[in-house]
Amino acid sequence: MSRTARAVDVLVVGAGPAGLAAAAHLAAAGAGRVEVLEREQEPGGIPRHSHHQGFGPRHRPTTGPRYAGRLADAALAAGAALRTGVTATGWAGPRTLDVTGPHGLERLSASAVVLATGARERPRSARLVPGTRPAGVLTTGELQQAVHVHGQPVGSRAVVVFTAGADAVARAAVDTLRTAGAHVVALVTEGTRGPLRSPRHRFPLLTGSTVVELTGHGRLTGVRVRGDDGRCALLDCDTVVFTGDWMPEHELARRGGIALDPGTRGPAVDTAFRTAVPGVFAVGNLLHGVEPAVSAAAEGRGVTGPVLAHLAGTDPWPDGGAPLRVDPPLLWAAPNRVRPGGPPPLGERFVLRTAERLTAPVLVVHQDGRVLDRQRLPRTALPGRPVHLRARWTAEADPDGGPVHISVMSDSRRSGVGGPPILAV
Amino acid sequence: MTVTTSGELPELLHDVIVVGAGVVGTAIARELARHRLRIALVDAGDDVGNGTSKANTAILHTGFDAVPGTLESRLVREGRRRLAAYAEQSGIPLEPVGALLVAWDPEQLATLPALAAKAVRNGYHATRLLDAAELARREPHLGPGALGALEVPDEWIICPWTTTLAYATQAVRAGVDLHLNCRVQSVTGGRHHELATSRGLLRTRYLVNAAGLHADELDRLLGRQDFTVTPRRGQLIVYDKLARPLVGHILLPVPTALGKGVLVAPTVYGNVILGPTAEDLDDKRATGSSAEGLETLRAMGARILPALIDEEVTAVYAGLRAATGQDDYRIRAHPRLRYVTVGGIRSTGLTASMAIAGYVTGLLGDAGLHLGPARDLEPVHMPNIGEARPRPYQRADLIAADPAYGSIVCHCERVTHGEIRDALTSTVPPGSLDGLRRRTRARGGRCQGFYCGPSVRALFEDGRR
Repeated sequence: MSRTARAVDVLVVGAGPAGLAAAAHLAAAGAGRVEVLEREQEPGGIPRHSHHQGFGPRHRPTTGPRYAGRLADAALAAGAALRTGVTATGWAGPRTLDVTGPHGLERLSASAVVLATGARERPRSARLVPGTRPAGVLTTGELQQAVHVHGQPVGSRAVVVFTAGADAVARAAVDTLRTAGAHVVALVTEGTRGPLRSPRHRFPLLTGSTVVELTGHGRLTGVRVRGDDGRCALLDCDTVVFTGDWMPEHELARRGGIALDPGTRGPAVDTAFRTAVPGVFAVGNLLHGVEPAVSAAAEGRGVTGPVLAHLAGTDPWPDGGAPLRVDPPLLWAAPNRVRPGGPPPLGERFVLRTAERLTAPVLVVHQDGRVLDRQRLPRTALPGRPVHLRARWTAEADPDGGPVHISVMSDSRRSGVGGPPILAV
Repeated sequence: MTVTTSGELPELLHDVIVVGAGVVGTAIARELARHRLRIALVDAGDDVGNGTSKANTAILHTGFDAVPGTLESRLVREGRRRLAAYAEQSGIPLEPVGALLVAWDPEQLATLPALAAKAVRNGYHATRLLDAAELARREPHLGPGALGALEVPDEWIICPWTTTLAYATQAVRAGVDLHLNCRVQSVTGGRHHELATSRGLLRTRYLVNAAGLHADELDRLLGRQDFTVTPRRGQLIVYDKLARPLVGHILLPVPTALGKGVLVAPTVYGNVILGPTAEDLDDKRATGSSAEGLETLRAMGARILPALIDEEVTAVYAGLRAATGQDDYRIRAHPRLRYVTVGGIRSTGLTASMAIAGYVTGLLGDAGLHLGPARDLEPVHMPNIGEARPRPYQRADLIAADPAYGSIVCHCERVTHGEIRDALTSTVPPGSLDGLRRRTRARGGRCQGFYCGPSVRALFEDGRR
């Protein structure tokens, strides 16, 4: 089994917003040969098939495909090599990847590897939605590609199921369905609220509702929904789109033995996007499921300095550091390894998610029973929306101590001095 | 070489028609194809193996736990030997993982020697008792409380889809006509059987009923009432490939009065399955999963292999077994009717399929069908969709000869353009995207089409034009 072996300076895996931004800035900053591997035929990641407006900087919004195109052009213009239709299939060493493409098998070694493999929505099966297995059951990713990339029909009566906070994706799914000429029968969410309505976005909305069964042999015939009050209804439809519920595409990371964070399920990284494996960085939605494309791109840009420092050899790969853990109802925090003296995280803040609505929450950062910081959030924290924790406390953490915990207090007056401040919400 | 999915049926008088193109029906057609006979294989579905055969636990059994002295015990033992050799020769994915019957309480532990003795009465001598320490060494992720196990080293895992497809491919290449979307509606006796189907009339001298879940209905059309098929639903959860390192063997429960119970097993595709449930139903179309079923499975899985429950689920499916309320297969010849029924073939049917085919062929001969000399069939080489041997995306030689094998379309399962193209132009091409999935694994992975769905669909639709 012959593989051609080759070495580059930086290997970026994934040509979505994060990977392309990383490649562009690294190549421009003189990182040497920067090569981006993309398994799809076209670069751009998820924006490639997100035809709605709202990508890119706020002052210059554009569509997903245009935004993706700009990022790819910038990477090429900066001198990065962009290879599409090639897949990193596994590791042959700590910074060596096995690659398959139409040209054959390769073994690529690099001084630094930047993983930017993105995220995907959990399909119906992973959500354990019972019922038969008919055709017509999609995720937003599949829906958008079918309609915008392949021009395929998607059925005539559709239900969109979305997780709390996935309003924007649900709205994009509705737009795509309407573009394809499908009637949107209903939006269904377990949450308490739906996407903001506008005259253009009128649709029956079922909140507090769970999909309990899919029916139909061959083609979907209906979605059975149960409401908070226990009542069931069968929605007559031939298409259902499961949207939101993002999952990092972490296969390559896991196969490389890279430790994951139990909350995000993406690689555990420190504030310089360093994984536990020397020379391997991770950026973008691989770290935490879906954030807007501009955020992913900002993380890609943010990895430039740390990668350059690693290439220069001036910055030995630090080991240890304390893991950052969240307590319920918080779901995850990213980045999630802290080291006093390390650089501040991007934007000098950690990004968190909560499973429940938190009114006037106070976040308490503590380690081994010692409170490092207490921050009152400026607004109500909602499921599915970013919650930000300022990073001013990281110097206080003990690198050799236990995990740093982030807990929630609903009221700062009940501070629980001395004891672990884990309070019910 | 004919496969038809619509349109006119041939007017010729067949020597044998086999009804039901599951693993048993295709095996029978393949066995009969060794003789100079005009044979048709018909199925109501749009693909071979589209009923019970596509949704089982995919185990190559030893028959160690069969009821000694039964036809099932005999045919499983012989069938295992034949299918293992056939799989090797045809490239059907097969992995010799072995099984461990795990005892979770003293009562179960006490049962193991009796099970070993039963295995001997079924002609299987290789079982071995493991103590708790060795069990923990062999399966380090097993939940707490396992007291010991009976090792059955020759329980292996196999690809049920490729097996059925290999039989069908070989049968069709040897001259069998395969008619799909062809539901048998009534049978008229006389000098010949006349089968009215959803696609028209078929005539045959001899008839084989391998209709699985519907075998009792076909039996009644011929005036027989030998048994009733009660569909027994088995729901299964398929976990992601990343869970594969958690389990080395097929982990079987110790059977109880309530049945064989829930197992955890690797699959040849590198996944882990958890299941099946056992629910007696009266609806032969009830192939859906249920919230209760999945909850039960997750609770049992959490005990057997706690780490499994944190892994991502790739797929959930439910199959219906053709239970007859009898302990044995219901294979019976009716020479006067020139008719053989192959009923009540349970989960061991995949393993026993080649032996069942040989047995049924013998019964047809006894019933007066002149078989004549048998010939060897042209060997088949099936595409490899298993993880034990290199897949096309890993083969420099294949990619050098044809770059389409280096072009990965389905990323989760690493299915290449070349494999999809080959499946679409194969002897028994897929009739649906699900059929394509069973031939290639395209869209069968963790993303379930998030990344590749529309591309695979486009290739499928182009390929059928």
